[in-house]
Amino acid sequence: MTHLELAADHGRMVEAENLASSPLAIRGLTVSYGEKPAIFSVDATFEDGSMTAIIGPNGAGKSTLLKAALGVVRPLSGRVTVYGGPLEGARGRIAYVPQRASVDWDFPARVIDVVLMGLYRELGLLARVTGRHRSRAMDCLARVGMENFAHRQIGKLSGGQQQRVFLARALAQDADLYLLDEPFAGVDAATEKAIIDVLKALNAGGKTVVAVHHDLATVTEYFDRVFLINVRKVGEGPVESTFTGEALQKAYGGRLAVTQIDGLALGAV
Amino acid sequence: MLFEALTLQLGYNATLVAVGAALLGVAAGVTGTFLFLRKRALVADAISHATLPGVGLAFIVMVLAGGDGRNLAGLMAGSALTAWGGLICVQAITRRTRLSEDAAIGAVLSVFFGAGIVLLTVIQTMSSGRQAGLDGLLLGSTAGMLRQDALMIAAGGALTLALVLILRRAMILVAFDSEYARSIGLRPDRVDMMTMLLVLAVTVVGLKIVGLILIVALLIIPPVTARFWTERSTRVAAYAGVVGGVSGYVGAALSASAPAMPTGPIIVLTCFVLFLLSLLLAPERGLLAAWLRHRRFQERVHIRQGLLALAQGQEVYEPLTIRLLVRKGLARRDGVPTEAGRARAAKALRDEHRWQALHGLAEYEAISGLYDGLRDIETVLTADQIDELDAVLGGPREVTP
Amino acid sequence: MSGADFVPLSLVPILIGVFTAIACALPGNFLLLRRQALIGDAISHVVLPGIVLAFLVTGSTGTWPMMAGAAVAAVVAVVLIEAIRRLGRVESGAAMGVVFTAMFAGGVLLLERSDTSAVHLDVEHALMGNLESLIWLDAEGWSSLLDPVALAGLPPELTRIFVTMLGVAAFLWLFWRPLKIATFDEGFAQGAGIRTGALGMALVIVAAIAAVAAFDAVGSIIVIAMFICPPAAARLMTDRLEAQIAWSVGFATLSAVAGYVLAGYGPLWFGGVNAVSAAGMIATVSGVILALATIFGPCRSRTGAPSGT
Repeated sequence: MTHLELAADHGRMVEAENLASSPLAIRGLTVSYGEKPAIFSVDATFEDGSMTAIIGPNGAGKSTLLKAALGVVRPLSGRVTVYGGPLEGARGRIAYVPQRASVDWDFPARVIDVVLMGLYRELGLLARVTGRHRSRAMDCLARVGMENFAHRQIGKLSGGQQQRVFLARALAQDADLYLLDEPFAGVDAATEKAIIDVLKALNAGGKTVVAVHHDLATVTEYFDRVFLINVRKVGEGPVESTFTGEALQKAYGGRLAVTQIDGLALGAV
Repeated sequence: MLFEALTLQLGYNATLVAVGAALLGVAAGVTGTFLFLRKRALVADAISHATLPGVGLAFIVMVLAGGDGRNLAGLMAGSALTAWGGLICVQAITRRTRLSEDAAIGAVLSVFFGAGIVLLTVIQTMSSGRQAGLDGLLLGSTAGMLRQDALMIAAGGALTLALVLILRRAMILVAFDSEYARSIGLRPDRVDMMTMLLVLAVTVVGLKIVGLILIVALLIIPPVTARFWTERSTRVAAYAGVVGGVSGYVGAALSASAPAMPTGPIIVLTCFVLFLLSLLLAPERGLLAAWLRHRRFQERVHIRQGLLALAQGQEVYEPLTIRLLVRKGLARRDGVPTEAGRARAAKALRDEHRWQALHGLAEYEAISGLYDGLRDIETVLTADQIDELDAVLGGPREVTP
Repeated sequence: MSGADFVPLSLVPILIGVFTAIACALPGNFLLLRRQALIGDAISHVVLPGIVLAFLVTGSTGTWPMMAGAAVAAVVAVVLIEAIRRLGRVESGAAMGVVFTAMFAGGVLLLERSDTSAVHLDVEHALMGNLESLIWLDAEGWSSLLDPVALAGLPPELTRIFVTMLGVAAFLWLFWRPLKIATFDEGFAQGAGIRTGALGMALVIVAAIAAVAAFDAVGSIIVIAMFICPPAAARLMTDRLEAQIAWSVGFATLSAVAGYVLAGYGPLWFGGVNAVSAAGMIATVSGVILALATIFGPCRSRTGAPSGT
């Protein structure tokens, strides 16, 4: 074997290890709505047991990345592995919290009905919902502080309460990997606190959390890793080394004043 | 026979009807454009089905008053009345309840039509044989049309068209930007109401020729067809008028040229043929053009991605990417790049670095927003600017292949 | 109303009306919540070209070729609507309007141009059906319900629509959970591995089957009305999906029974001699129920916090 071939061989082995150990690994993912790529040739390797924020400007493809990883939108090219295997085999290990605004809250259902939806993979088509399932759903509601609203019509909740119900539904899935799309968007301070506490508790229990996040001011406080994206990947790694002024400038371009970035990023303080 | 029909040589009545149908088609196409732009195309379906009970009521009233139940003017007046009622119901349901507009439309059209059917069976029992003329209003028929009816249709078509032309500017403003329209003193709700009244007028005039089940096609298909050819709302309205007019004229003439050619269906099918042609062949939005564009786009994405992978010594996973690279002579079948491939790959990677450098520079902010992974940097920067960027980047200059 | 009159003349039409109404109202609930209420309208219009084509191809007016033709037409229509909406980037209401009017026009033209005078096939029948003619000649009274000979003479439409209703109910029962999840939150459903596209198509096909089976006996008007009015009225009565389904079945049954009775006996009360169209009257009654729900329904106004607050 030549020197070059050996190096290539080694590269392949490292890559195989990366894929096998990562809860969610994305390679060469391109998604396009119409003729403009929303994300272009993105590679990402989310680490097991990490708590990662996906950040980037509006229209940078943050939500698209999550949706493509879940097979909700069809990529133009690229592949996704979940716990080292294809997505289909690992669906039961993923919980997904879509954007709150993506559903019709006038739907005829109560809070508890929505949380029970999280048990779908467990219940399948016909298994009956028993008292045990209900009490599990109530536990999940209690973890987000919503146990007193179980029989409330979902349309009568505030935005923050709706977001908590969505999180409770994800908790009911009892997954290993939690993917959240803007969980803090438009919620009150109390809800934000409740949600981050739940996520941190999950993470402390060894679960992997990946959230699309838009508030740069709280990144260092909430997360231990960041994934910066602006159509292409801009950076990926621990908050301390990756969430820097330089990287933010690259991701956001001139849209963030330099002083603002210096105030936010760890590296500059 | 067909030639005579198209050149209006089938007699006075047939000519009047063809002209009336053409005018009606133009009016319907233009009016329908505003419904279409407001995304409320199917409101027309509710309005047209809601004419049936009016037709039945008018017939009964006219007979009870001792007149001829089939008097077209009376039937048109009755149909306008209940169509108006149907429209009010759609609006009341949408505003007062949680039900969406499509549910309101469906409910109104089926219930009003059902009530109309009930009235038709009442008419059958009260004066058997005399309701014969009413069946024609379902699907349109010009056979045995009275001269005064033909005159009324031609006049109605012309009048509706004139109204549409007068009101078009206000309707375009509201359809395009109702907030702006409000700021210059137009009342969008009133303009919407006028649009609906025009739809109602088209429906009533078209009752005899096209029939109440199919008149909605004349309001929907022309704007949808026109939309394939232009991005400008005034032109959509104009083209829709042409499509509607041609369909009305050709349809009416064809149907006069042969027996067992019901006018309404012929007009609608003529219109549909124009739609199909547009759907397939329109230069920008047509399927053929879109498919070719998508193929080219997908090719560009794959080649670019493949080149970037090659430049960074990564493996190319996708079979399609490799096939495309091979076809362009940039790589061999086993994924190893050719000479040309190496040069292109280096250039692609260099460009990628330039783009990334660009993102960090405030003065290039507008340009960095254009990044989509595919654009060649020469298309947005001058040679001098590229040199400047490369100075920022440092490192060796790439040799142009 | 004695059994001797009622059983042979009215029992079967009433039952057919009730089964039809329920078979259409059940999937109608989901179509309503998915903002696809007008799919029912589109389907029932394209049934006509389907049966005309089936007749021209097979040369028979047998039930099965007709039903197959109608079902094929319904699926073709739905696929065309989706294709025009996605590929041509046309808003769904307009796409629907283009497809069903054109197909209906094609059906009418085919009918007029071909020699169908020998068979019972016309537009009016397609629209209004003929519920009143579905009488049970072999019945002599309530006792006939236990008489195997008389039962063998039941109109085949009754069995057909009954089986269809059971099939529709079975579909909803089997796929209740994924349907509910996918209707509420499509993104979450896909994330959980539910194939929402296939499920949506299956729902439309089930609705089409209900429409086709119903159309044969009662015509299109009643089909559209039953797809939309009972579920819409039920939507205004409750905030729970299970309860909404129950209300819609109740409203559908009430419409069918009250509509048939009013059409058959109503004119007599006003001194008339002849009955009026039962299909039309059933649609009218369902509209009256919806109107009452619009005014008095306990859950008639929209809920749901506006997003972004």
